[in-house]
Amino acid sequence: MTILGFLIPLALIMGLVGLVGFFWAMKSGQFEDLDGAANRILIDEEEDSDDDAMG
Amino acid sequence: MTDLVAPYPDIATPPEADFVDSRFTVPGMRCAGCIAKVERGLGAISGVETARVNFSAKRVAVHHASTITDDDLIGALRKLGFEAERAADNPLGRDDGEQRRLARALAVAGFGMMNIMLLSVSVWSGADAITRDMFHWISALIAVPVIAYAGRPFFASAAMALRYRRTNMDVPISIGVLLATGMSLYETLTGGLHAYFDGAVMLLFFLLAGRVLDAMMRSRARSGIAALLGRMGKGAQVLNSDGSTRYVAAEELAPNMVMLVAAGESLAADGVIVEGRTRVDSSMLTGESEPRPVLEGETIHAGMINLGDPVRVKVTAAAQDTAIADIARLMDEAGQSRSRYVRIADRASRLYAPAVHSLAALSFLGWWLAGAGVYKALLIAVSVLIITCPCALGLAVPAAQVVASGALMRRGLLIKDGSALERLAEVDQVLFDKTGTLTLGEPRPVDLGVLDPQGRSVALALAQASRHPLSRGLAKALRAAGTEPAVLDGISEEAGRGMQARYQGREVALLRPEFEVGGLAVDLLIDGMRTRLAFSDPLRPDVRETLSDLSGQGVTAAIISGDREASVGAVAEDLKLFATHSMKPAGKLALLERLKGAGHFPLMVGDGLNDGPALAGAHVSLAPGGASDVSQQAADAVFVGERLMPVALALRVARRTMAIVRQNFAMAAIYNVFAVPLAILGHVTPLVAAIAMSGSSLVVVGNSLRLARAAGRANEQA
Repeated sequence: MTILGFLIPLALIMGLVGLVGFFWAMKSGQFEDLDGAANRILIDEEEDSDDDAMG
Repeated sequence: MTDLVAPYPDIATPPEADFVDSRFTVPGMRCAGCIAKVERGLGAISGVETARVNFSAKRVAVHHASTITDDDLIGALRKLGFEAERAADNPLGRDDGEQRRLARALAVAGFGMMNIMLLSVSVWSGADAITRDMFHWISALIAVPVIAYAGRPFFASAAMALRYRRTNMDVPISIGVLLATGMSLYETLTGGLHAYFDGAVMLLFFLLAGRVLDAMMRSRARSGIAALLGRMGKGAQVLNSDGSTRYVAAEELAPNMVMLVAAGESLAADGVIVEGRTRVDSSMLTGESEPRPVLEGETIHAGMINLGDPVRVKVTAAAQDTAIADIARLMDEAGQSRSRYVRIADRASRLYAPAVHSLAALSFLGWWLAGAGVYKALLIAVSVLIITCPCALGLAVPAAQVVASGALMRRGLLIKDGSALERLAEVDQVLFDKTGTLTLGEPRPVDLGVLDPQGRSVALALAQASRHPLSRGLAKALRAAGTEPAVLDGISEEAGRGMQARYQGREVALLRPEFEVGGLAVDLLIDGMRTRLAFSDPLRPDVRETLSDLSGQGVTAAIISGDREASVGAVAEDLKLFATHSMKPAGKLALLERLKGAGHFPLMVGDGLNDGPALAGAHVSLAPGGASDVSQQAADAVFVGERLMPVALALRVARRTMAIVRQNFAMAAIYNVFAVPLAILGHVTPLVAAIAMSGSSLVVVGNSLRLARAAGRANEQA
């Protein structure tokens, strides 16, 4: 049963890490522009000039 | 880092590099290419430090040297091919904070639920004696802070309701959660068998999920609408005494300032023309679509658009004193009746809460009188409260409404909140404004056939370089016809006259006709050859389909317009609709009040400032995306694009949504019919409560998801 003394705090800490992670993400604006994030992966790095790139 | 910078302060901060942040709304961004184009295009300007696009809000935030003005940046954006406006300081962003608080509470409740469930499962599977007590203690340690944090939205709302001697959905929820927690704490202290911490936290989790969905729906629609806002005069160039000009925001304009109003700009304050003569588009105020000539000494009002030459206007009334203020007052009064509307969830809880409470009280009394002892009787009363707590009810309404509004948003209709969907479902009459609602509200060329392909591409190249309403309408029509712009040299715009450029060595121009002609027109000149293009304000392309769809749904339609008899009559005859003309804002409102008094549920669709009071006073209202800011704020929903069909679609989907909501209520009731007797007989353990609660919630959410498919089918039919 001593294993419980280890496992229960472990479960709690893992849960708390997730919770803190979520709070951090919200505070740092990770959810501000969800559509933009989805679109940004389609942007080519640098090499395109002004005249292509339009969809 | 600081050590390296500190000895060279003049390098780190050169004196002229005073950086400021500006934000612009750019509604035209629709793809990944646009993000790259805007960010790189702005980033390439010297003095611009960073430009960051928020695609969801259709905004760009620019960090730039203060030497660059906002107008320079708007000009740069226009060269990149995007219309932009200064973004007002988040006019509709008030709800953002609420959504964040709810999301945090949901995360905390989720964390607590998972951990407590972990312990509860062990208890249910047979942990006993010391192990069970220890698990109960750990559960209590997790549950009490979690409930205190995650339950706040409910406790606060319940306290508010009780203070005003009313009851809402949150009262039974709060009582249930608090009683269950108190009871479980007592159980834990005395080493009892059953603790309901899992039930209480799970209840909060599911209910918060409903609230978060509701808040998400509102904020999504509002950020969409905020992106559309900002077409009215937000400010003006004001002439200083030394002859220079500066930009002054609308709310800081004061009487006796002299504004320079360029062609295509809208007025930010009422005033008298002190220099120049021009024509103004006053459709925003009167609904009249024909431009009106104005001379020196005449008064013009905020919201009118200058179509002709640049003029100097001396401000006579600004901000709160403009003609708009009267309309705003009417709107305030009209909007109050709507705030009395009781949402379906609260109507349900008015019946539900007393029933649940008396049931719990009766089971306590029953068991107590039967000699079960206060403790056992209270335990059973608590389990009745938990099992009947409106978990499924709390999800029934928001789940259905979120799915429906998501489906509608994909079809170009932004609904501000759930109560709008509920009111839309009751509509039996639709009243349309004419200009800008049944019609596009923008001048379009009557016949492009007078231009050859070369003329078209030259006209498009000239038109897209200007912001004049005629140029914009021409450019849109030509692009829609698949025209590619010609390559021109030396494009220049002479305000009030037109555009000029060189095309393959020849002079080309897009000019205002030299003599006044009936209606709106422009002349295209190529090497001296003059072609006249007449403009009109056409009906939206799918007006007829929409009207027949509406009558198919048993809804009658009519026109209610501030325009003159002749122009309203023509449209009314064309569409075979009953119409009233020359209506003042107060008249429209009075007509709506009469209809409401006669037991009708009118839907008002309008765009102009003059429709504002009617939009606020109608049972429910819609405004097109091109409408004035005031109308978009007053309306319950905004539809974007050139089609009118979203109006019919909105009614159809709203009715379907309410049908689903009623089904959800019925399911929750059926669940109670089975669960409550079990609870009263004392057979409900925490395990049964947990299964019943999550089971009924899943059923309700699943039923609501059917709406996405149903709305999709309605789309295909439409």
